[in-house]
Amino acid sequence: MNAIQLSDVSFAYGTHRVLEKVSVQIAASERIALLGPNATGKSTLLKLMSGVLTPATGCVRIDGRDLRAFPRKELSRKVAVLPQQFVVPFAFTAREIVQLGRTPHLHFLRGARGTDLRAVERAMELTNTLQLASRIFNELSGGERQRVMIAMALAQNPEILLLDEPTQQLDITRQAEILDLITDLNLREKLTIVAAIHELNAAARYFHRVIVLHAGALVADGVPQEVLRTDLLREVYQGSVEVLQLGGVPVILPMPQVRFEGNGS
Amino acid sequence: MRNFSRDSIMIDTTDQTKTKLREATVRGTSFPHAVRFHVGFWVLLVLLLLAIILATGAGAVRIAPRTVFSILFNHSGMGHVSPTWLPSDEIIIFRIRLPRVLGAAFIGAALSVAGVLFQGLLRNPLADPYVIGASGGAALGSVLGLLLSVHIKVLGFGAVPTLAFLGALGTMILVYQLARVGGRTSIVTLLLAGFVVSVFLSCTMSFLLIVNDRLQLNTRIIYAWLLGGISVTHWSQVGAIGCVVLVGCALALALTKSLNALALGEECAEHLGISVERNKTAIIVLGSVLTAAAVSGGGLIGFVGLIVPHSLRLLFGPDHTRLLPLAALGGAVFLVMADLLSRVLMPPTELPVGILTAFCGAPAFLFLLQRSKREYRF
Repeated sequence: MNAIQLSDVSFAYGTHRVLEKVSVQIAASERIALLGPNATGKSTLLKLMSGVLTPATGCVRIDGRDLRAFPRKELSRKVAVLPQQFVVPFAFTAREIVQLGRTPHLHFLRGARGTDLRAVERAMELTNTLQLASRIFNELSGGERQRVMIAMALAQNPEILLLDEPTQQLDITRQAEILDLITDLNLREKLTIVAAIHELNAAARYFHRVIVLHAGALVADGVPQEVLRTDLLREVYQGSVEVLQLGGVPVILPMPQVRFEGNGS
Repeated sequence: MRNFSRDSIMIDTTDQTKTKLREATVRGTSFPHAVRFHVGFWVLLVLLLLAIILATGAGAVRIAPRTVFSILFNHSGMGHVSPTWLPSDEIIIFRIRLPRVLGAAFIGAALSVAGVLFQGLLRNPLADPYVIGASGGAALGSVLGLLLSVHIKVLGFGAVPTLAFLGALGTMILVYQLARVGGRTSIVTLLLAGFVVSVFLSCTMSFLLIVNDRLQLNTRIIYAWLLGGISVTHWSQVGAIGCVVLVGCALALALTKSLNALALGEECAEHLGISVERNKTAIIVLGSVLTAAAVSGGGLIGFVGLIVPHSLRLLFGPDHTRLLPLAALGGAVFLVMADLLSRVLMPPTELPVGILTAFCGAPAFLFLLQRSKREYRF
């Protein structure tokens, strides 16, 4: 049975069509990167998978069950989401933020119990955030904040983790740190990972399957070596791109359009 | 179905991670926070009782706090102290002072809890119970009450407080309906609609005041109402406000987990399994009813819903499960004390309590703001 199954899913914001008959099947424990230029519906696709949006036509199934028939609380015990933007207006500590991940497991009158505290502890341990526990979340650095948010998602005890641009605005080392963490969670904890990502090179290196969206349609789906080809990328990104091979992993370089005349001397 | 963490928590703890876990539990914040909360809760509860006794004793006829305590003790049925006081003291306490003091306590709790609800919902620590139009509606309601000079009595409330209650509640329902587009309520629209409706209503009120000659005579009452002042004088009023406030606070406690999740934004809350729209509606209705109850008994008292939740958030952290009960007690203490000061500062003149809450509230607020700026970073 597929962990996530989208069949002929279309979606529009008002009259603006975003996704057109997209079908994807994702098995449990896969590690998938969603690629595509800006505004091609990557985030929308993730929102359809997390049940925040409902498809106009078609249907989304998690574990073979239609999302429309999935109670909100039950779904959030299966699917956790790392959102693109995350603003906290109050001075919550990192631990309090991670504890919020337990919300779908709490009885509506009771507070956190032993199992909840252990799950929080373990999520923070896996993400190496225990030493940040009593710091104010808003005062953490971008990379630390991202790790705390992943810890919050893990505290939900999910089977599927959806990430929207998990590496944006991070420096190259912090990016690698987050991607290592995600990969580790996939390999060791068998989490199904779907990440919308801009960094093509990161996608090629860290994910074993990439899905390329273009203008609301799925244009390629497969292993990075096969999908990330010069002709496809040039067409999708409407620009000049060169793909090199480095030890079996494609390396994608944008080709400059300006001429560097008389430069360098 | 896989249950990875649930099992692995038990199995996967090597010695090293066990030590780490232990260290973390010791260092972690949840334990000291819980202790802090319990201490804060009991301290505020004791402060509330002391404030009530103090406020009940103060006034034109001074009654010693010890006497007040003895009288209340006798009436509680827990024991008996032989009276050393005049029978008139007892009458003053039960007929005049206590209804007002308890009214102030309930109104303070209502304003403070409504503040927590609106701040959590709007994700803005500067939101106020009056922000989505309650003040405009209440003010217009009270003016209409005077203008129409209808003589109604609802649970001991005259026309002015009754219409103020209906005005506050009606305005908030209207604003909420205006802000609701396609089954969703956008927070920005809610704030904008609240602001516009408020301005419109207060202009309507000013217009009525200017046009109506008859009302010119009554502007003092309107003025007092707009500045706020506890007008609870009968036990039936205490009972009515008290019921609304107690039930409201209990229901608000059930919403605290949703408020915590909503602090991360609506989408995040949804990811955490919260039915966002249902909870938003519940929070707005509850906040509105609490505000309207407070308005009907005290006019427009500012700052309580702002200063009390803020100070408590700085002291005890923003977790709503702890903040909400503390805010209820803190609001009650604050308003009982403010009302006491309003009566004793310039006797026999009774200052509008709204002036006092602003006088105490604004500097305290600025002080806290100065001390802990991190709370207000976005």
